[in-house]
Amino acid sequence: MSEFVSRVGEFLGAGSTWQGSGSIPVRLWEHLWISTLSVLIAAVVILPPAVFIAHRRKGALLASSIVNIGRAVPSFGILAIAVLWFLGVVGLGPWLAFPALIALAAPPMFTNTVAAFETVPPGVVEAARGMGMTERRIITGVELPLALPVIMEGIRIAYVQVIATATLAALVAGPGLGRFIVDGFAKRRGEGELFTGAVLVALLAVSIEMAFSAFEKMVTPMGIRRAGNER
Amino acid sequence: MSFLAQADRALIDWGWIDRNSSPITDRLIEHLYLTVLAVVIGLVISVGLSMVALRYRRAYGPITAVTNIMFTIPSLALFALLVPFTGLTVLTAEIALVSYTLLIIIRNIVAGIDGVSPAVLEAADGMGYTRRRRFWKIEIPLAMPVIVAGLRIATVTTVGLVTVSAIIGLGGLGFYILRGLQTFFWTSVLVGTAGSVVIAVAFDVGFVFLERSLTPWLQRSRP
Repeated sequence: MSEFVSRVGEFLGAGSTWQGSGSIPVRLWEHLWISTLSVLIAAVVILPPAVFIAHRRKGALLASSIVNIGRAVPSFGILAIAVLWFLGVVGLGPWLAFPALIALAAPPMFTNTVAAFETVPPGVVEAARGMGMTERRIITGVELPLALPVIMEGIRIAYVQVIATATLAALVAGPGLGRFIVDGFAKRRGEGELFTGAVLVALLAVSIEMAFSAFEKMVTPMGIRRAGNER
Repeated sequence: MSFLAQADRALIDWGWIDRNSSPITDRLIEHLYLTVLAVVIGLVISVGLSMVALRYRRAYGPITAVTNIMFTIPSLALFALLVPFTGLTVLTAEIALVSYTLLIIIRNIVAGIDGVSPAVLEAADGMGYTRRRRFWKIEIPLAMPVIVAGLRIATVTTVGLVTVSAIIGLGGLGFYILRGLQTFFWTSVLVGTAGSVVIAVAFDVGFVFLERSLTPWLQRSRP
């Protein structure tokens, strides 16, 4: 036990842990930008068609199939398949993880958007239509604000999932905090590096989750927030 | 670049699968073992925590908050966190895998019990059921579809997470995903991934039948 503590101390005490290309700040930054960019790309690609389909209340069956299939296919397998697939296209490097991360980020956003629009009461949409709102105005002015919390939840689930899978990407020379874990396993006395990396990944995932939960509450419109409290 | 040449080979090398059928079977059994063990232990712990949450309502918030944090920690990180303490063992894998099942199962047990209609409870009280008998004979059976749905989600999720435990030398069929990823060998990755999907679907179908047999009254009412 004391040996383990001294390993952690050794790793945290080393100069290279805090400065240089393999240091904690650099790895943390790599992890963050790779995850965030993947989620952003997936959002830009998937949210517009998702909103279009959800507005017509058409995606329910597709969404539930995606949920079921998504659960059965291991994300580790998707990562491995995407990596082998794109190896010839982009070569080894930070970009190799992107296709898998984008592919994993898109489904929760799609399914949550469809589910979010289902929660908008039909009467509200009808009232908006009766007031002479165009379909575009109904989407942007009525449905989206009411659906926003659940859509945000989808983005949060995607984000946390991407952070987890970006960690796995370190297995194939990927950058990010996963490197500490993979290198820690590979080194003979790497417990300190292994443990520190694991703590950092866990902290990152939990803080993103918490920040997003707070953000979700913020974007919940006053009207449905009050209704939610009454329940 | 030899790995590129290897990646260009035929997607599925049937000869390789044939030659490795015995270790693949062993990994399949390991996969089933790790999954079932995690879900069974997870169910036992969840039932206990759900009882606490149902008895003392104020405990439900903290229980879901803590299990949600466990659920959020990426699996690779959780395995790595435990390795300095429990080593490269089944115990390490199971602590992590069990902790992921808790949130799903507890949420469904509590939601299932909460979903029992108050009128049914009142009828049971009127018929002279004691609290304990009412719970086991009325509430649990009526909540069963929701509870089994939770077990189903937890099991299928666990099948996928087991693959990640390849990093600590276990992994079931995930062993082949990891090895294929490191050696850029398509067949290995596909055997691991497809095998895991087949196990997940098999459990999924099994749970549908289990749910039907546990709720005979729902089946009879259907024409």
